[in-house]
Amino acid sequence: MARRGIPEVNASSMADIAFLLLIFFLVSTTMDTDTGLFRKLPPMPEKDQPEEQVKIKERNIFVVLVNKYNQLFVENDLMNIHELRTAAKEFIENPENKTDLPERIPTEVEYFGSWPVTKYHVISLQSDRGTSYETYIAVQNELTAAYNELRNDLSLKKFGVKYEDLSRGSDPEEENPRKDAIDEIYPLKISEAEPKDIGGK
Amino acid sequence: MARFKHKSKSETPGISTASLPDIVFMLLFFFMVSTTIRDTSLKVAVTTPFATELVKLEKKSLVSFIYIGRPHDKETFGTAPRIQLNDAFASTEKIREFISSEREKMSEGDRNKMSVSLKADGDTDMGIITDVKQELRKASALKINYSAKSGTQKQIFDNLK
Repeated sequence: MARRGIPEVNASSMADIAFLLLIFFLVSTTMDTDTGLFRKLPPMPEKDQPEEQVKIKERNIFVVLVNKYNQLFVENDLMNIHELRTAAKEFIENPENKTDLPERIPTEVEYFGSWPVTKYHVISLQSDRGTSYETYIAVQNELTAAYNELRNDLSLKKFGVKYEDLSRGSDPEEENPRKDAIDEIYPLKISEAEPKDIGGK
Repeated sequence: MARFKHKSKSETPGISTASLPDIVFMLLFFFMVSTTIRDTSLKVAVTTPFATELVKLEKKSLVSFIYIGRPHDKETFGTAPRIQLNDAFASTEKIREFISSEREKMSEGDRNKMSVSLKADGDTDMGIITDVKQELRKASALKINYSAKSGTQKQIFDNLK
């Protein structure tokens, strides 16, 4: 009688089992990582509270209007969306200290010392009910890009790193004084105005 | 010439498939780790617009989704853009209820970190979006995120035409 060892477990079906699982996960997977543009809505005014009209100086406000034909009006002038980014950058920064652009107020900022900041500027984005969402997002995107470019330029000049790399590797919840300093110089101020019916239905 | 022909006795050996399970397992683990199982089935067609200045949505558990788009089932629900919350169509008034139930699910400490992602089709009008935004303000869910997918600037502008 030949000596017989313990018979090996047949592992040839292992591949099949693994394939089965693999196919299940392949099918049930959605790989998309969600991305988007973050915004903060203004809180609803209290009902009994009288609507206080905060007076904003004309020079501090940048009106961007998209009408129902998806046309873009900036400060009441028709504008091509290609020019919006440059126009917004000039408004936020006011590099030449023009009198019709937001006032530059010297502010103490960490790392930068006294720095002229256009503290009170507001970009007012108005849309019609008939504006397409796609156009609206394109405009939002251009405005965000204007801020991001300014922040990036400043960050590269001052710290030698890109703005988005300032927080890289650290917990997003953690404090980041260098990023905060840049945010203080270029605060994101896009106001999505109360809905209006411009030009009716 | 014939004498160079080497009559080999052994056949070409078959490729060993012994490592196949390992390879498959490797793939399996990759997909298991990268998977997020779709928990809501979409009843509306949503093609989010393109954008370049995107921020990643961290911590999915803190995000609630609102879908806006045209219904897949045109015969039953028509072609006007509708709002979908969880698994069903809803009216704008339902949003406040939805937000408070989403808040209930979260732990006390996380409630103020809650954000809402608007997954809206690029083709919808701002009217419905504005209504949703107003409802969100009433529900004081102020952190919102306009869902968009990454694209080049050229794609964005070309799409507008």
